[in-house]
Amino acid sequence: MSGLRLESSADIGPVLRLRLAGFVHSLRDSGFKVGLAETRDASRLLCTQVIKRPDSLKAAFRSLFCGRLSDWQRFDEIFDAYWSGKGVKSGVKVSGTSTRKGMKTIREMIDASGRRQDTIVGDVERLPGEEDELSDDTPSGRREGASIAENLGQVDFRNLSDPDALKQAHDLAERLARAMRIRLTRRDRQKRSGKKLDLRRTIRRSIAHGGTPIDLVRKGPREKQLRLVILLDASGSMNNYTGVFTRFVHGLLDSFREAEAFLFHTRLVHVSSALSERDAGRALDRMGLMAQGVGGGTKIGAALADFNRWHAARVVHSRTCILILSDGYDTGAPEALGDEMARLRRRCRRIVWLNPLLGWQGYEPTAGGMAAALPYVDFFAPAHNLASLSALEPYLARL
Amino acid sequence: MTQTKDQIALQLTEAGYIADEGLATALLLTSMLARPLLLEGEAGVGKTEVAKALARLENTDLIRLQCYEGLDRSDAIYEWNYQRQLLAIKAREGSGDSAETVEEAVFSEKYLLERPLLAAIRRDVPPVLLIDEIDRADEEFEAFLLEILSDFQVSIPELGTVQATSIPRVVLTSNGTRELSDALRRRCLYHFVDYPSPDRETRILLARVPGLDAALAVQIADLMGKLRKEDLVKVPGVAETIDWAAALLGLGAKNLKDNRELVFETLSCVLKTREDSARVSREVTDRLLGKVA
Repeated sequence: MSGLRLESSADIGPVLRLRLAGFVHSLRDSGFKVGLAETRDASRLLCTQVIKRPDSLKAAFRSLFCGRLSDWQRFDEIFDAYWSGKGVKSGVKVSGTSTRKGMKTIREMIDASGRRQDTIVGDVERLPGEEDELSDDTPSGRREGASIAENLGQVDFRNLSDPDALKQAHDLAERLARAMRIRLTRRDRQKRSGKKLDLRRTIRRSIAHGGTPIDLVRKGPREKQLRLVILLDASGSMNNYTGVFTRFVHGLLDSFREAEAFLFHTRLVHVSSALSERDAGRALDRMGLMAQGVGGGTKIGAALADFNRWHAARVVHSRTCILILSDGYDTGAPEALGDEMARLRRRCRRIVWLNPLLGWQGYEPTAGGMAAALPYVDFFAPAHNLASLSALEPYLARL
Repeated sequence: MTQTKDQIALQLTEAGYIADEGLATALLLTSMLARPLLLEGEAGVGKTEVAKALARLENTDLIRLQCYEGLDRSDAIYEWNYQRQLLAIKAREGSGDSAETVEEAVFSEKYLLERPLLAAIRRDVPPVLLIDEIDRADEEFEAFLLEILSDFQVSIPELGTVQATSIPRVVLTSNGTRELSDALRRRCLYHFVDYPSPDRETRILLARVPGLDAALAVQIADLMGKLRKEDLVKVPGVAETIDWAAALLGLGAKNLKDNRELVFETLSCVLKTREDSARVSREVTDRLLGKVA
């Protein structure tokens, strides 16, 4: 093995050690996952002659301390702020805390905003009449899994006008989607743990060889995994819901190994690649750029036709669940929507239609488009608040 | 032997890999700290090539484990050769050996099938172990991979614990289709492989496409850089650039600007989806070519 081995007994002196500890501390504050082993390796690196120049020190520390792309992108800034701000050589001021003065870490900012949010939840709670209105409509059992802040869970998204409350609803929607994943995969695993060798058939085959099992028979390939294809309505009439649904979809997309997302208003846009961005904010930005024209009218029929024509063959298979998030207000002909729904229904396993209007009191799905689509929908559910989104999980698990 | 990162960068160049800033340092650290290196980046930026070049540089074997969904111990570490075991049992049936003797014989080294992870720790010369696309494997696999990467030993219940005779240089790659565990990330050194700068891509082209004119290589790299900034579904990687350069060379192009038609027709080397082909129309190609020096 080339390169050089390090002596573990090397010492870098108390001053540098404290500085290093301070640096690791500020990395942790910024959400880096840095353990003791990394710190120890870093201090061993500092005493080698290999890394003399500051830029190679930065490169070395970057490799060592970063664990993911988001770390990678922020590292230079934190490194420069810490080491260049004070200078390593002039290490007079040693204490780890003094160096962090003025540099507000991301964790601190999050904590601060978290405190702010606590008070906002209080505000939401006081929104008049919301809870009573909804508790009648929501059957019990539907709320299973909604261990998230209950008060916010029951508020209709359209009534969330406070930007902070809205942001919190967005976060919750995303977390909810991720939580679904954990539970869904656990169920999946238990089902999958079968024997690999099919002993019965192996022995049956061995008869031909005088009882010697030459041909081993294995259990066939697993069932195809459930694939989720999401069609999200982003038209003007859905304005109040698009934001939170997008976050929900972003979370779902991350949770399902096989998931595709499309967004439609007057035309259909494939947005999976934009939403695969891990950072939710950036994903939404990218998606916004891809789907210009959001907020216009809806042509659900035309969008579905587009989907059937260009994408369905590729993304829909027999174990696909199609999830449509739309209010069903269609400016096209209802017959066209019905035809396309029928075509789609033949291809996939289930169609789930989530309609935010269904959560309103007195809503009947009689709008032309919605009525035409309904015969082909397997599961028609409200999606106007977090509780109704979480009610979706048991259904998805059964697929 | 003490190496510096510049030496490693130079050696990598000799091995046919043009390293970007920081990669040489990261490789240096893998041997200094004996930690695995996790490479992330878009498909086609040359993550796998790093391991191959490292093996050439160290003049050692490359053992590759391609991960996929459902990969398990028997495919990754070891498996017993059941067919041979059964035959051996059958053959000994009349010999009157005791059950213990037969069992001992059947669960011996002879009937053990080495899979990449076990093979990697049993070499005399430390090989380069490439664990490709770790994000495709299941989370359980990640967990026992961690165990092997920290202890470098494998326990086989019937045979006992196999200690590593040499510690391999481990390179993991990930495309980010699934989030890896923090434990694995923390264990590894990390390097993000980005699309190369035009300058670096030019050097890659010159190293990889023999007979390519330097001026043409500069133009191709420049155009690729601009193409990647377009809003594409599948952003072309370095492998595509190399293919395209080879295609242009084969078709006798000397200068991109004099061969606009040819450029447009050969773009199929770099644009791999229907949407992308539709997006990069003749006009877009001309516009991009106009900006190329």
